[in-house]
Amino acid sequence: MSERTGRGASWAEEREARNERRAAREGSAPKRPGRERETRRAGNTAHTSAERLRRLLALVPFVVSRKAVGLADTAAAFGLTERELVDDLNLLWCVELRDPDPYCPIDLSYEGGEIVVSQAESIGRPLRLAVDEASALLVALRMLADVPGLEDRSALSRLIAKLETAAGEAAGPSAQVAVQVDRPAGDTAQLRDALERGRRVHLRYYVPGRDEATERDVDPMRLLVVEGRTYLEGWCRRADGVRLFRLDRVLGIELLDVAAAVPEDAQPVDVDQGLFRPSAADVHVTLEISPAGRWVAEYYPCESAEELADGWLRVRLRTPDVSWVRRLALRLGEDGRVIAPEELRARVRDDATAALAAYASG
Amino acid sequence: MSRRKTERLLSLVVCLLSTRRYLTAEQIRQAVAGYPEQSEAFKRMFERDKEELRELGIPLETGPLTPLDNEDIGYRVQRQAYELPELRLEADEAAVLGLAARVWRSAELAEAAAGALLKLRAAGIDTEPGADPARGIEPRLATTEPAFGPLWQAVRDRRPVTFAYRAAGRSEPQARELEPWGVVNRHGRWYVAGRDRGRDAVRVFRLSRIEGDVRFAGPAGSVSVPAGTDVREVVRTWDSAPPREKTAVLRVRAGAGYGLRRYAAAAPGDVGRPGWDAITVPYSGTGWFADHVASFGADVVVVDPPDLRDAVIRRLKGVLA
Repeated sequence: MSERTGRGASWAEEREARNERRAAREGSAPKRPGRERETRRAGNTAHTSAERLRRLLALVPFVVSRKAVGLADTAAAFGLTERELVDDLNLLWCVELRDPDPYCPIDLSYEGGEIVVSQAESIGRPLRLAVDEASALLVALRMLADVPGLEDRSALSRLIAKLETAAGEAAGPSAQVAVQVDRPAGDTAQLRDALERGRRVHLRYYVPGRDEATERDVDPMRLLVVEGRTYLEGWCRRADGVRLFRLDRVLGIELLDVAAAVPEDAQPVDVDQGLFRPSAADVHVTLEISPAGRWVAEYYPCESAEELADGWLRVRLRTPDVSWVRRLALRLGEDGRVIAPEELRARVRDDATAALAAYASG
Repeated sequence: MSRRKTERLLSLVVCLLSTRRYLTAEQIRQAVAGYPEQSEAFKRMFERDKEELRELGIPLETGPLTPLDNEDIGYRVQRQAYELPELRLEADEAAVLGLAARVWRSAELAEAAAGALLKLRAAGIDTEPGADPARGIEPRLATTEPAFGPLWQAVRDRRPVTFAYRAAGRSEPQARELEPWGVVNRHGRWYVAGRDRGRDAVRVFRLSRIEGDVRFAGPAGSVSVPAGTDVREVVRTWDSAPPREKTAVLRVRAGAGYGLRRYAAAAPGDVGRPGWDAITVPYSGTGWFADHVASFGADVVVVDPPDLRDAVIRRLKGVLA
């Protein structure tokens, strides 16, 4: 194996190194494991040459900046299998330039499972952040600055300043994307206190769908900020299950002198799958809404929406509790009709009749 | 095939970074293995390769081979333009970085955040996976609207766009041409703000009401955002509720109407009927507030003013129509 293959090496050394590399590429060189050619693509493997190039250009500085780093750690950091990583390393090692004299710009080894780059030529530093990359981080960081209860604002502003400097011009467009987080009424200090000390809380919680102020004991699990709204996730002792509580609907909160007891098998909500989780017990509801009522299709998760004549829309949605649909139908008036189920349609008519009777009586 | 292309592109990057002077296409062909001998085939492949490097964000420069020669151009990449500047993070900063990189849940920006994190890790920064600077707070942000991707690109590249927009209450979408200034998320909804060319005025559009494709309507750099524009403020002004200048007196059944009692101006009063309270609630628009009151059905009755009372009765009759 070559010790060095930089521009200073003599031609004889270069030729020897090159031949060795060729042999390595053919998969016949001894002492280097994992020489097999790529035969499959794993989940995280780049799908195009450009994507792989992006990874290779990060891989060299990743090792250089750490002096030496284990194969396993590196593979984990890049989301690769060790075999895929070794294939990347071999590719880097095989790169050669032919002019003015043939030479191999990158030299590295991974003997004993530890990667060392002894010659990185001009790609020893990572590429600058692209506009999209700088923006994704800066927009997220500026949003975090608004999130209630984030402790370390000093670290946040220091990091924003450093990234803006490092990104340079690429940081500019990020100012044109902004996320405004709703500040929940009141303070989240009590909830954070409960989370930290593992205490049960008593919530007075407004359920708009049923127009009820409910009383319940909750064992807090975490605070979530999803799509600009803040939620408490906790084990609700009334429902005996994991529930999300929107903080702007919490009417009152009291810290109890009881330790929180979240059952071990309590499953946190997978927020990446959306907050609305369909269940087999759901009722399927079909509504028709006028142009003025189309906001319904934006506001509630609909399973389907079908255009009708004159800008009307037929939407289907599913819900574990139809009481909010009754209230929605009253709100819509002539701008909406319940089509199915039939008993819901009848309930809504009864609701409207009863309400009109209340007006008739003064 | 793909592996060979990766090798070629990598060699090309190293070659262009290693030179101070501009290299001609021919010199590059000599130096980088994998280009065809035939000149037309080489030209085509080299053009594609240059495009790929630019797409990766590699600052490929072109310039004259000698100061006096304007005929032949060459290529190079300056290391200063290529390299991420030196960046050192304290442990607490690195922890916040990890949190920020997990915020995006949508393809476009989640990928970009992952790409940025990869480069920062390559610069020697370690983001501890176990660190939790937010103490159990997990912010998440998605961009499920298909219009987000093209609008972000348009904002980033300063390009005008056209799209079909269905404004609230309209039965037909209308064609709009917009110089987009920025994209803003407010109350969990995405908006784009800018100058509407058709109306020659500042307008805000909700992304979920854009129908069909967003198309670019001009070259990059052809939109200029007026100096001092704060897109957050533009959307906030457009979206903010008018002041609640009117007052309603409502009869509310005991134990009901919490959605109205929350905004009541004072403690509930007596209406002379057992089981009912009187509350006074400020409101702005009669239409919207009538919808809201109607949703409480027989639990809430408008006492005053008469126009609100009539509006609620109309809604309820509409249900039976």
